[in-house]
Amino acid sequence: MGVVSFQNVTLGYDRLPAVQRLETQINEGSLTAIVGPNGAGKSTLLKGVTGLLSPIEGQVELSGIAADDIAYLPQQSDIDRSFPITVMDLVAMGLWREIGSFGWLGHAQRAKVSDAIAAVGLTGLEHRAIGSLSGGQMQRALFARLLLQDAKLVLLDEPFTAIDARTMADLLQIVRRWHDEGRTVVAVLHDYDTVKSHFPQTLMLAREMVAHGATHQVMTNENQMRARQMCEACATIPHTCGKSAA
Amino acid sequence: MIWDLVIEPFANFGFMRRALLGCVAIAVGATPVGVFLMLRRMSLTGDAMAHAILPGAAVGFLISGLSLGAMTIGGLIAGMLVALASGFVSRMTALKEDASLAAFYLISLALGVLIVSTRGSNVDLMHVLFGTVLALDNAALILLCSIASLSILTLAILFRPLVLECADPQFLRSVSKLSAVTHLTFLCLVVMNLVAGFHALGTLMAVGIMILPAAAARFWSASIGGLLAIAMVVAIVSSIIGLLLSYHHSLPSGPAIILVAGIVYSLSLIFGPVGGLIAQNLPRRRLET
Repeated sequence: MGVVSFQNVTLGYDRLPAVQRLETQINEGSLTAIVGPNGAGKSTLLKGVTGLLSPIEGQVELSGIAADDIAYLPQQSDIDRSFPITVMDLVAMGLWREIGSFGWLGHAQRAKVSDAIAAVGLTGLEHRAIGSLSGGQMQRALFARLLLQDAKLVLLDEPFTAIDARTMADLLQIVRRWHDEGRTVVAVLHDYDTVKSHFPQTLMLAREMVAHGATHQVMTNENQMRARQMCEACATIPHTCGKSAA
Repeated sequence: MIWDLVIEPFANFGFMRRALLGCVAIAVGATPVGVFLMLRRMSLTGDAMAHAILPGAAVGFLISGLSLGAMTIGGLIAGMLVALASGFVSRMTALKEDASLAAFYLISLALGVLIVSTRGSNVDLMHVLFGTVLALDNAALILLCSIASLSILTLAILFRPLVLECADPQFLRSVSKLSAVTHLTFLCLVVMNLVAGFHALGTLMAVGIMILPAAAARFWSASIGGLLAIAMVVAIVSSIIGLLLSYHHSLPSGPAIILVAGIVYSLSLIFGPVGGLIAQNLPRRRLET
């Protein structure tokens, strides 16, 4: 059953499409990687699912989940690391659904935050400013925030970029646990080895959908070459964009 | 000695007590807004908006002379109009928000000075540009205290979404619809506090009491609570010292207050333990030796 359905969806910025005519669906409980060359529209697609970006055309339909049932991990570059908040504060944001703008962070909530911090291996760093964390520690803290969101649909935008191998292994374990719990997980990834070994489903994008299905069927040399060519055509001759696959 | 230097001016003269109360009200209301402006990297936006309220205040002056109500309402309307218009231009054209805001505030400043000069004297112009902190009457004090109270209350209500909007705006947008409301309310707070500051310190100096204490506090604390508290203390201390300097040496009080805040900022920049010049360079020297 499709938990997210893309119905002829075109997404973009300032009326310029970044993803065009997408027609597919993400199944409930699936663990899906979104892959494609730079500029393929992968992050744009996630923003379309979260509602941060409204489709220029078509419709993104969520089935059986409310908007606040979505947990979204943006790219690290979207977060102001110089902002003076601690790991505890950052992780506690994950309780937004429970405490909202004005709710009090009581003992029970603090315990939840501490548990989430412990689950990602950051115990002892609760009161460190986020600006002093390494890239890997920051990503662990953001995963702790996701844990607290307790969402049915988890969207991860380049979750394993610029982190060490051990952190990546630990975070992949959390992703696998979410999958085992029946949550739907969608991650934008660049490392094809990680995709092949950990993600059963793959959606390959090159501004349009190149292929979507079982990872071993999607991650073929032909599809990868086709995706590259489609993106290069869009970058060099923008007006041909979208016509190559037609 | 201390009595003569510090206490006597406030104990003996009502205008000094009024000036102090006005400055404390501005410090309490405006510096937290200044801290958030700085954290959102919008310090220069605050400066631009301060200039933008001038034509509104000038139109108020044109209609009712040096009337508190007319100039306040005019300033509020002009500030909000410029904020909205520059946002609109940056979204609908190729111009970025900083350039669009700069264009609007330069036009506003020129227009404001022109309007005041046409109708009033140089004294009036100086009043609008540099304020009259030593001539605050009851109505002005009530206005400043009301704006400070409203500002603190609104910040307390909006604190969590505002922090999120600064640190991780995408996250806020993904979990709540408060993002736009937060941004707009924050802009209203900026304009409101600038209008309050304008009555005491003038349009050119109002932003100083907002930004300089916030910038100084950045070198002493790495937490938001600490920043807010230190910025308020810096603003209040600068106001007291500035007023005393102005009293004892016959200096214009607005610039004296802002200059003291500037000195505190400079000292913080050098000696502040959180990223100050010495703190930044000391560990490296130790490593080298």
